[in-house]
Amino acid sequence: MSDLTQTMALEAQTSAPGKARKSLGLSDTVTGWLLSLPLTLVLFFFLVLPIVMIVIVSFWGATEFSIYPAFQFDNYEFLLTSPVTYSVFLNTIKYAVITWAITLVLGFTIAYFLAFHVRTLTWQIVLFLLCTIPFWTSNIIRMISWIPFLGRNGIANSALISMGVIDEPLEWLLFSDFSVILAFVHLYTLFMVVPIFNTMMRIDKSLIEAAYDNGATGFQTLTNVIIPLTKPGIMIGSIFVVTLVMGDFITVRFMSGSQKANVGRLISNDIALLQYPSAAATAVILLITVLIVIGILLRFVDIRKEL
Amino acid sequence: MSDKSALELVSLTKRYGDTIAVDAIDQKIPGGTYTCLLGPSGCGKSSTLRMIAGHETASSGDIVLDGHNITDLPPAKRGTAMMFQSYALFPHLSVTENVAFSLKMKGVDKGTRQERARELLELVDMSAYGERLPEQLSGGQQQRVALARALITKPSILLLDEPLSALDPFLRLRMRTELKRLQRELGISFIHVTHSQDEALALADHIIVMNGGLIEQDGKPQEVFDAPRTEFVARFIGGHNIMAGEGGKLAVRADRIFLHQEQTPDAALSAVVRAVEYLGTSVNVAVEAPATGELNVTVGDTAFFANPIEIGQSVFLSWKPEDAHSLAA
Repeated sequence: MSDLTQTMALEAQTSAPGKARKSLGLSDTVTGWLLSLPLTLVLFFFLVLPIVMIVIVSFWGATEFSIYPAFQFDNYEFLLTSPVTYSVFLNTIKYAVITWAITLVLGFTIAYFLAFHVRTLTWQIVLFLLCTIPFWTSNIIRMISWIPFLGRNGIANSALISMGVIDEPLEWLLFSDFSVILAFVHLYTLFMVVPIFNTMMRIDKSLIEAAYDNGATGFQTLTNVIIPLTKPGIMIGSIFVVTLVMGDFITVRFMSGSQKANVGRLISNDIALLQYPSAAATAVILLITVLIVIGILLRFVDIRKEL
Repeated sequence: MSDKSALELVSLTKRYGDTIAVDAIDQKIPGGTYTCLLGPSGCGKSSTLRMIAGHETASSGDIVLDGHNITDLPPAKRGTAMMFQSYALFPHLSVTENVAFSLKMKGVDKGTRQERARELLELVDMSAYGERLPEQLSGGQQQRVALARALITKPSILLLDEPLSALDPFLRLRMRTELKRLQRELGISFIHVTHSQDEALALADHIIVMNGGLIEQDGKPQEVFDAPRTEFVARFIGGHNIMAGEGGKLAVRADRIFLHQEQTPDAALSAVVRAVEYLGTSVNVAVEAPATGELNVTVGDTAFFANPIEIGQSVFLSWKPEDAHSLAA
């Protein structure tokens, strides 16, 4: 009985500071709005306003040498009736899906190894930092460094020839879908590793033991315990990778030797030709596509638990 | 109960690098008993339990259950089930799915396993909560679910790792009664690791006190409490005074020492009262004797208030010779 009264006294104590907080004489509602004001302003000026601008410009008109304010659907009509648009969007989605699948398998495996096989925290940190080393150099340099490796007379081809595996250099190593996806995987796997690793580290290790105690095999533990509990991390990683790949243009340009197209390159070409309204319309369609993809992903998993 | 599910540990040892957590312990635990492994943290009790469960490999020695050597078997093949300290319920599965987990792993069809899970939930009085997720349950309810999940495998020994330590004191007492009731009803062995001597004395048919990877003493609760074999046991189990005698150290229970205000022929010591604590049913009197240092004497409340003692007063202590137990060095 005395324990019960003790806990009640404790509860009374801990709830006391909550009441003492209103020292400025502001109501909780006002304080809440004031606290969220800075972030609201930043998001308004740097996110909402630009998007609104893009949407407005996407309805403008353009000639070869000028753009003029208007409200017309010409840009969208041209975009949505051109077969090029569909093949480019399809190609973009192809890159996104393949890159997503590969980074997911790699990211999950790496995160699993780090979280469950590396025993000490020190080694986990060391190996995790090792994963981030590529990020010490810029994206472009990391991409370009693949070129001498994959080129017709590059290291990969000459090594394979000297080993006698192939007689002629492989043409598809560079400036192909292969090299584009290779670069994407190289650039973005870490974005999959980090959220998955983060979720896995929060899994109570005794759950794995409990599964083992209940007769689960290693594979059953993976499918029945680890994967379901890692889903939020997988989703966050997937959103990162899908949005990054769908919005990318420079990787596709460099690694395909300008031979492949995605939506980002469509936009960048329009901009190079000063066709801003057309670029804006494409950007709006891309934004809608990405939002739909994210909407679908969020249907599967409630990521709010992670945030 | 028969000795069907008797457990025997044969010079069981666990080493982590250079440190020895469990040092070649030999112990027999008869089937159908409630056994408590008692000791301070780091004494090797948890390592011992985890070796029995199969979650820790034994460095050397054997674990024999029901005549079979289970030292190297995986946890699920041993006939043991473990209840984890944090309960380790799967947060993404409902209560029923948690309880039915081991059956699902065995490939039992859905109808059968849900039926079995319902039976077990009934046993622990949790039938109404089958559809809930673990996070929607209180600590005590989570523990019942964890119990049901462990018991569905029909173990001959249930291993409990500090099962009550995560509960608030009030609930702890209730679950203690519950555990004992379940053990009696099921007739299987429970091996319960704890650092609380109250818990061990209240629950166990058999207490094993461990310290530094060794078994200090084992026996019935009243044997261990009445006649601690070593100084460590006497101190850990509490309620004892330890003093230097002629042939080594002696332990005398605090409630077996008599306080006299006048010199009596059988008084062994004279002392000065340093503190008086009223504990409800009894009064604890701390006295200081020049020969032995500080001692505690427990006096029944009626006896105390019939003849109150003041701080600073001189008193004389006596005890019956059979109440003084000499301790092994």
